[in-house]
Amino acid sequence: MSGTTRKRFGKFVVNFSLFLLILIWTVPTLGILVSSFRHRDAIATSGWWNVLPHREWQPVREIDPKAEGFDPDSVMEIEGATGTFEEFREGIESPDGKHRITWIGNKRIGRVEVQEQVWTVDWNFSLDNYKQVWGGQDFEFTKADGTVEIVPGDDMSRAFLNSLAVAIPSTVIPILIAAFAAYGFAWMRFPGRRGMFTMIVALLAIPLQIALVPILRDYKTLELNGTFLAIWLAHTGFGLSLATYLLYNFISGLPREMLESAFIDGASHFTVFTWLILPLSVPALASFAIFQFLWVWNDYLVALVFLGGNPEFELVTQRMAAIVGARGQDWHLLTAGAFISMALPLLVFFLLQRFFVRGLLAGSIKG
Amino acid sequence: MKRWFSILVLLLLVVFTLTACGNETATTEAPTAAPTKAPTEEPTKEAPDVDFAVMPGGFLEKALTGEYAGTTVTVDGAMEGNDPDGVKFDRGVAAFEEATGIDVNYIGNKEFEATISVRVDAGDAPDIADFPQPGKVTQYVQKGVVVDVTSWMSEEWLSQQYNQSWRDMATINGVEAGVFHRFNGKSLVWYPKDDWEAAGYAIPTTWDELMALNQQIADDGDTPWCIGIESGAATGWAATDWTEEMMLRTTSLENYDAWVAGTLPFDSPEVKNAIETWSALWFNDDYVFGGRSSIVSTYFGDSPAPMFEEPPKCWMHKQGNFITGFFPEGAKAGVDYGFFYFPPVDEAYGKPFLVAGDVMVMFNDRPEVKALMEYFTVPQSASGFLEGGGALAAHQTATPDMYGMDMERGIAELVAKATSFRFDGSDLMPGEVGAGSFWEQISSYVAGSIDLDTAVKEIDASWPRP
Amino acid sequence: MDFLSKFRERSQTPMVRLLSLIARVLFAVAIPAIAFYVLYLGFLFLRDSEASRGTIALVAIVWGVGGVAILFWIFNSFVERMPAAWTARLQPFVFVGPAIAILTWYLTLPALRTFWISCFDRNGPPAGLSFVEQISSNSFVGLDNYVAVFTERLMLEAFRNNIMWVVFGSTLSVAFGLVFAVLADRSSYEKIAKSLIFLPMAISFVGASIIWNFIYEYRPAGQPQVGLLNSIVASFGGVPRAWPQWVEIIPWNNLFLIVIVIWLQAGFAMVLFSAALKGIPEELIEAGRIDGANEIQIFFNIMIPYIQGTIITVWTTIIIFTLKIFDVVWVMTGGQFGTHVIATQFYRQSFTAGNKGFGSAIAIVLLITVIPVMIYNLRQFGKQEAF
Repeated sequence: MSGTTRKRFGKFVVNFSLFLLILIWTVPTLGILVSSFRHRDAIATSGWWNVLPHREWQPVREIDPKAEGFDPDSVMEIEGATGTFEEFREGIESPDGKHRITWIGNKRIGRVEVQEQVWTVDWNFSLDNYKQVWGGQDFEFTKADGTVEIVPGDDMSRAFLNSLAVAIPSTVIPILIAAFAAYGFAWMRFPGRRGMFTMIVALLAIPLQIALVPILRDYKTLELNGTFLAIWLAHTGFGLSLATYLLYNFISGLPREMLESAFIDGASHFTVFTWLILPLSVPALASFAIFQFLWVWNDYLVALVFLGGNPEFELVTQRMAAIVGARGQDWHLLTAGAFISMALPLLVFFLLQRFFVRGLLAGSIKG
Repeated sequence: MKRWFSILVLLLLVVFTLTACGNETATTEAPTAAPTKAPTEEPTKEAPDVDFAVMPGGFLEKALTGEYAGTTVTVDGAMEGNDPDGVKFDRGVAAFEEATGIDVNYIGNKEFEATISVRVDAGDAPDIADFPQPGKVTQYVQKGVVVDVTSWMSEEWLSQQYNQSWRDMATINGVEAGVFHRFNGKSLVWYPKDDWEAAGYAIPTTWDELMALNQQIADDGDTPWCIGIESGAATGWAATDWTEEMMLRTTSLENYDAWVAGTLPFDSPEVKNAIETWSALWFNDDYVFGGRSSIVSTYFGDSPAPMFEEPPKCWMHKQGNFITGFFPEGAKAGVDYGFFYFPPVDEAYGKPFLVAGDVMVMFNDRPEVKALMEYFTVPQSASGFLEGGGALAAHQTATPDMYGMDMERGIAELVAKATSFRFDGSDLMPGEVGAGSFWEQISSYVAGSIDLDTAVKEIDASWPRP
Repeated sequence: MDFLSKFRERSQTPMVRLLSLIARVLFAVAIPAIAFYVLYLGFLFLRDSEASRGTIALVAIVWGVGGVAILFWIFNSFVERMPAAWTARLQPFVFVGPAIAILTWYLTLPALRTFWISCFDRNGPPAGLSFVEQISSNSFVGLDNYVAVFTERLMLEAFRNNIMWVVFGSTLSVAFGLVFAVLADRSSYEKIAKSLIFLPMAISFVGASIIWNFIYEYRPAGQPQVGLLNSIVASFGGVPRAWPQWVEIIPWNNLFLIVIVIWLQAGFAMVLFSAALKGIPEELIEAGRIDGANEIQIFFNIMIPYIQGTIITVWTTIIIFTLKIFDVVWVMTGGQFGTHVIATQFYRQSFTAGNKGFGSAIAIVLLITVIPVMIYNLRQFGKQEAF
């Protein structure tokens, strides 16, 4: 093989194996994407892949077993096929192989179907799920005198706005604080450095639930409860250890020579940080921003505790919990709900993805 | 650097101006809040006409004069404010808000179990909490943060509004910890009405008739029952319901109460017999759709679905009245499905009825909170559920004509005919058992991974002992 | 600045130096004070305002983000105005101080409090008593809760499962993440590929549980299967079952839950690895190619060593994540059928059972389990040299 064909072949192998992996990774999501356009009863009774062409037994003729005088307690002969009741329930193929004779139902009110295998697709799509999730459900009340009153639900725009107001500062604030701290740990020497870093790694393991009670108590004293500041600070506190830890890894990996030359030029730590480190860390900052945004966006418990008590501040996650109903009877709406609530995080991912570019660092070393 | 600086200055300016605006609105708000105190000066005002009963000499009576208008009462609970039940709840308290001027702020959520515990521990308890499992109230009663309703509600009023059983169920460690608001009937069997009639089956009224019907349906080639107990973290609760039904039907009420209180162990012959009674039905593969092995893995909400196929693949499903929310869209009550009373096993124990419901518990002692608690003792406070379906009023003053739907009315009549009724035992047991080992061990027993003796011993061992 | 330094040089009398010091200190104190005041006004606005939702959201974002930036800038200019020796001593604390302060408030103090509670019985330390009275009260049980944590059957089951989670969950997430990052980097459709792998991360846990219910959903044999896995199994003549509830193969049924987390976390690993891979100078790889190395050799001999630090970091993060795993297990099985993990036990004990002491002890044990990971990371940290 010549060099170029080998290269081309290598590229093909890469593209093809990645395609296979992505297919496996995407099929579960594809499943609910398709389901989100299906009716509630269809979701519950047939697989989503029925939207693909498939072969199915469909009735061509019905026979009333009572009228024909079949005795289900003995061996019967129907349409040339012979068998017991149990065998007919499973379906018996007719002697010519074209049809299947199936007993549907029990011995009392059953019927017999002559079925044929045909190619079919199940394309009965609708936007109902999305309408209900976004526009809110209507509630029906029947008064004692029999009159029916319909109460319309709220749409989701308010919840979206609230979630944004919570998520953006809760993403940016911890990143900023963590970037400073990460620089401090990586490139400054001070007493207690090791101890503090140990603390940060250890705190990664703490389940945030243990902090809810003391923090809520402090908030009550400070009258912070139910404010945006309360929830930002909470998300900052809970996300900060991971942010510091991840950014430390990146910032400490920057080439030492580069910083040295900056210090020789008389730059202060603050200048080096703002004009050199921050721009260089953009890929790391962007990737952490995505994760923090996601966690905050999908958080339910922290918001309930610190923002709870104020129906004005309903978030997207709370709305999602509400649409499935008190006992989860409307879980099928989550198919559409998952996509609606996912739209924004995906947008953030697309926007930030352009920061993952090669050569930022390579260029700066040369210069 | 300069550009950064100007951005910062601009930013500060924006914040400043907006703060100024903010302060203005805040100061203009202040005077409107003041007059709320004024009505206290005028002693008694004519109370407006309301269509619900009011406890004489209570706080609701005062509230109706507008004395507490402008105040807010916070209610926490296990349903989301925006889900159907939350909307029904809001509708129930609307009449109260309108008549008294008190604002009821419902803040419930699906993580109620965790958030209420956090809020109470942090000293930020809601004024009232709507507990679907009275067993969970015990820890708060022990802490002494719950206000006893008898401390201001008269004995006479309470016994007029509630059957003694409901009051007993709300009494924990000698404290009447709350008032019941609404409930679900559990001793109900659902069946596909039109097909049932076409097939000529008769509704069983005794255990022998039920067992004969089981065999008849099986002989006809179908499985009589649809059973599923999968429910995520709560898998197994449906099996605890069956155990409670059998406890009520195979032994005395005293034994049932002792069992719920923890003095009659699971390892006793009475409890084991109750579990074995339903096991005989569940573990017969001819009687259960999909056979024993499918019970644990079938979601409780999906389990009745085969009953609605044409023709049905199973014919009976035992569940509380909320299950209708899971029935296929367009299934009509009285046509596609009906219900009957789950027959007694041993006639000696009468016709018991199993219920589960929500109790309102008060944490903060303020007059307007007490007024709302008093309102919860009248059936009109549950009107959203009575008109929207899904639950019944727990009050004995509730009349059939308050119900908007025939089905709820029918269930209410069944409950009224019952010789006794008891609360869902697992909801009254301590959390470790009622929402833990009982579910878990009974699921393992149904799945076949452990035998009954092991299961009951494990449950007994998990019972918290002081 | 120029003027100031000249002024400094000329006026060397102690009096003037003292005055200038006082002025500088006053200046240094006044700026943060004013800044705090401005931020406080902003906070009051946000807390009490009746303005429209949109305005509040906008102000909130500007105030929150801008406020933090201003604070850092002000503190730094304060420190830089100090004598040089003080600047060197204090500046690190301007950088790490806010992070440490917030972490102390939000996590360290609650953790210490949790440890204190873990030494008491189910109701926690009795309120309103002094330290000595609390210790001598009946509710003080010492380390009994810890003994229970390491002996109770369900806890031991949880430890076993958490080991499986850490071993399989973290390793496979990292491996898949790395493969995705490298393949996507070399492929012709990088952006789409990465977005699709990342997709699961964007779905909430509730959404993810619905997705996997569509995979694992079980219907009795003979009924049309709604779950993909059972449909495939049934079409090959196998027995459909509810996979995560498959009690005969305990503990291996945990793998069906672990798969979900690998599916979710591979995107996390991929994004971070991808960012690191972008940092490898192209010359290095070209040099390898010229030396005749094939792609696999380049992967193992150039790429892996170069991004080693990131691999350790990502691995650590995912190990800790799998140690804390909660949502997936809680939503799918609630810990039943032999799938309990430490965090589900913590939740059950703390909230369902209201057993404060025991729940707290479990949280502290969770903290102890990361000690090996911590030591390893500290060793790496020690190798790092600072200025």
